[in-house]
Amino acid sequence: MRSTIFKFRIYIAGDTQNSIMALANLSAICEANLPKRHKIEVVDVLREPKRALAEGIFMTPTLVKLAPSPVQKIVGTLEQLGRVLEVVGLRAPIA
Amino acid sequence: MFHRGNGLPFRRLANAGLQHKAPTGIVGFDEITGGGLPQNRTTLLVGGPGSGKTIFALQFLAQGARVYKEPGIFVAFEETPTRIVTNFETFGWRLAELLKQKLFFLDAHPTPDLIQSGSFDLSGMLAALEAKAEEMGARRIVFDAMDIVLALLPDAAAKRRELYRVHEWLLARKLTGLITAKAGGDEDTSLGQQPFGFMQFMVDCAVVLNHRVELGVSQRNLRVQKYRGSSFDENESPFVIGKQGFDVAVSRILGRVDAKVTNERVTSGVKRLDTMLGGGYYRGASVLITGFPGTAKTTLSGAFAQAACRRGERTMFVGFDSDGTEVMRNLTSVGIHLAPYAKSGLLRMISARTITGSAETLLVRIKALAKEHRARCLVIDPVSTLSKAGNELTAHGVAERLIDWSKSDGITLVCTSLLDEMTERLDGRTPLQISTLADTWIHLNYLVQAGERNRGLSIIKSRGTAHSNQVRELILSESGVTLADIYTAGGEVLMGTLRWERESAERVASEVADVAGKLKRVSLDAEEAVLEVRAKSLQTELVAKKVEKTLLTRTTESRVKELLRGHSRMRQLRGGDAAVPHRKKAR
Repeated sequence: MRSTIFKFRIYIAGDTQNSIMALANLSAICEANLPKRHKIEVVDVLREPKRALAEGIFMTPTLVKLAPSPVQKIVGTLEQLGRVLEVVGLRAPIA
Repeated sequence: MFHRGNGLPFRRLANAGLQHKAPTGIVGFDEITGGGLPQNRTTLLVGGPGSGKTIFALQFLAQGARVYKEPGIFVAFEETPTRIVTNFETFGWRLAELLKQKLFFLDAHPTPDLIQSGSFDLSGMLAALEAKAEEMGARRIVFDAMDIVLALLPDAAAKRRELYRVHEWLLARKLTGLITAKAGGDEDTSLGQQPFGFMQFMVDCAVVLNHRVELGVSQRNLRVQKYRGSSFDENESPFVIGKQGFDVAVSRILGRVDAKVTNERVTSGVKRLDTMLGGGYYRGASVLITGFPGTAKTTLSGAFAQAACRRGERTMFVGFDSDGTEVMRNLTSVGIHLAPYAKSGLLRMISARTITGSAETLLVRIKALAKEHRARCLVIDPVSTLSKAGNELTAHGVAERLIDWSKSDGITLVCTSLLDEMTERLDGRTPLQISTLADTWIHLNYLVQAGERNRGLSIIKSRGTAHSNQVRELILSESGVTLADIYTAGGEVLMGTLRWERESAERVASEVADVAGKLKRVSLDAEEAVLEVRAKSLQTELVAKKVEKTLLTRTTESRVKELLRGHSRMRQLRGGDAAVPHRKKAR
């Protein structure tokens, strides 16, 4: 389990404030919790609008965890750290 | 590249004005707003649950794509596009057909398992929409149930920011935008507290839909709250969601083209009534037949329907009281046969008893049915039902619109109206005040006299035609409907048996006189014959006398001669003197 690689894709909209914040938060989470065990793909919907359309991304920023399964989507700036970790599967949900 | 519609009359008309408008194709709404929604601007459509926001929005897109050559995008925040398409198939807009290239649904409804952390914005969606809009040349866009996505945003500031973003985006992209949003039950109080309160200031046009229940009858209203740079009808207009979608009732818009007026007359189905009216009803006129229950209002309108069918005109008979077949059966008893026409499809009998709802709903249904049937003549029996079905305030407006509509479509309308025997007798007003609007008003009433009730018909008014001022008796018989002259005796009107008595008395009197005349003639003839005979016998007598006279003369002469000869002979014999022949010579 420790060697599992986490694949993320984050959809951002250019350099809007929300997007910049989300990117920063994501990198911070990955560095802290998944050092060298993560891959981040950044999709700028302003540059690739058709892709956003095809993949059904309408709110930016949106983070998609592609691997390990299940695929999870989180919308927003990812500022509630605990919640993000929970969704991504790095921390057990607090009962 | 955006595709622009061209060659459409509406567009050209709008271009002539100050502001460009995007016609919605919604019956009535384009009239209220003078052409449609503001083009390349944003319109906000607010309304409570089930007020028809999505229908309005979708119709705007569907009509745009189909009629005005303006492809559109529908952003669905609330329902999935497949569900919307299925739900709206019933309206006959053939959405599936449009979906190929002229209409695009963007499924933007947040999934229930959506996880959110922190704030977000809609730039992603707008970027995606922009790409799509350019690809398909979209000119219209609808954001349906914007409130759903805004509710996910953490604070009011963020909501405002996103609304602004959408608004700015719409303006920059030159798309005609329509944003729908929910409002609580009471529009006045709840809107101000929502971010839409501010949005109403931001947008160029705001339309409010509401749905009320008044006296147990559902009533939908539409109101244009604001429209920058354009005049509009500010009042609430009732609307109905019918088979074809939205139908907004417009009463009278100033400057609307007047209905075509003809001098053509159509028969009322009763010959003598035509004479009374100076030739019948005018084509396209609205005729009102009022009367108490059982005064043969239906019969009179049935006669009109039959006459219309005989001319081969498509006719519709809307009956609120009884079933179509029942009406036809009952009319057969007075010699009005509608069944063959109903069978051939020329006549359409509508039993409207089953149609429930507000007066507005009824009118819309009737209109739709009449259009479907391509009716030229329409009978509504009785129109007074309209005032019962909803509140009386709107019913008057409905009656007005009914007449307006039938006039502008050139439909000859005959409607009957029930008068409440107790309350309306004195002033003679009809409950809908339709009597002031109708062109011809025929009133039927009872005359109770000598123990019988008889039907009397009079024409109260008939615009533009000379008409009889006389009350006539309406007689129903197996052979049909006829009007009889009434007898006036000593200032009293005689009808029914009294009239019959008077008529038969006169008949007897004339017969007696006739016989007496004949008798006199016979006796005169006899006298004449007697005289003639007498004259003949006298003549014969005269001839006899004449003969006798000549005979007598001759006898006398010969006797004189004989006498003379006798004398001479005697003288000769006596040998007397010859003095006598001298005497004879002297004679």
